[in-house]
Amino acid sequence: MGGYGAYVWTCFAMTVVVFVICEWRARLRQRRVYRDIEVRIKALGDTQ
Amino acid sequence: MWKFIHKLASPPHFYGLAASMIPWFVVPGLFLVAYGAYAGLFVAPMDYQQGDAFRIIYVHVPSAYLSMMTYMIMATSAGIGLIWRIKLAHAVAAAAAPIGAWFTFLALATGSIWGKPMWGTWWEWGDPRLTSELIMLFLYFGYMALRGAIDDTAKADKSSAVLALVGAVNVPIIHFSVEWWSSLHQGPTLVRKGGPAMDTAMLYPLLAMILGFTFLFGALLLRRVRAEVLYRERRTRWVREMILSKGT
Repeated sequence: MGGYGAYVWTCFAMTVVVFVICEWRARLRQRRVYRDIEVRIKALGDTQ
Repeated sequence: MWKFIHKLASPPHFYGLAASMIPWFVVPGLFLVAYGAYAGLFVAPMDYQQGDAFRIIYVHVPSAYLSMMTYMIMATSAGIGLIWRIKLAHAVAAAAAPIGAWFTFLALATGSIWGKPMWGTWWEWGDPRLTSELIMLFLYFGYMALRGAIDDTAKADKSSAVLALVGAVNVPIIHFSVEWWSSLHQGPTLVRKGGPAMDTAMLYPLLAMILGFTFLFGALLLRRVRAEVLYRERRTRWVREMILSKGT
């Protein structure tokens, strides 16, 4: 990379990390919301 | 047409449709990014002035473009939600904000890393392109903070929509900043009079990366909107029935 390897590879690595974080956070949010609703429905079922 | 739009704006319909659409964004996105990254890193010739450091363009330009495009999606959706009171539009705006913030951060970080060997500095406060892009990151933060500070979803939608619309004025400022003011940042490379200022061996991988990033962004946005729709519709019958039947 003509002496610029550290700069170039850091940028590409950061890009991969950002994509992974975005995907992970999106999945985590979906799972959390889903689980909260599940718990609420179960609690409602138990009280009825 | 109106019937289709009306159906698409229905949360249960959108929730199911989005799930089936995600792979159609992920697969071409990964292929395009894999080709673009390989060709950009190993096939494209090095720049006669910047040497191999120019290869940062293959992640910097797509992320900078996405940072602005995401803001426009967020502002447009917020505007649609505000005017036509479409709940799904507000969900799209809310879902787009964190993704946009991440890509703005990436554009700033990769730009800064590129700036060090080329300009001799990580950051230049007086530069209009850098500063206006940083302002956009703060606009994303402000939008998310405002949403988070208001418990009532309807009120949060309205307030944050106004902020998103006001902040949209920053997008053309970012784009034209290198033409309107003197800047360390180079001028437009792709969208300019006389066509792109790049050889096709360098240009095609860049276009592949831009398109690939857009597809992957589409998948991320769909996933986020699904979670947002699920949260907003958590007390509705269709969500209850879906969860009881163990759907996802």
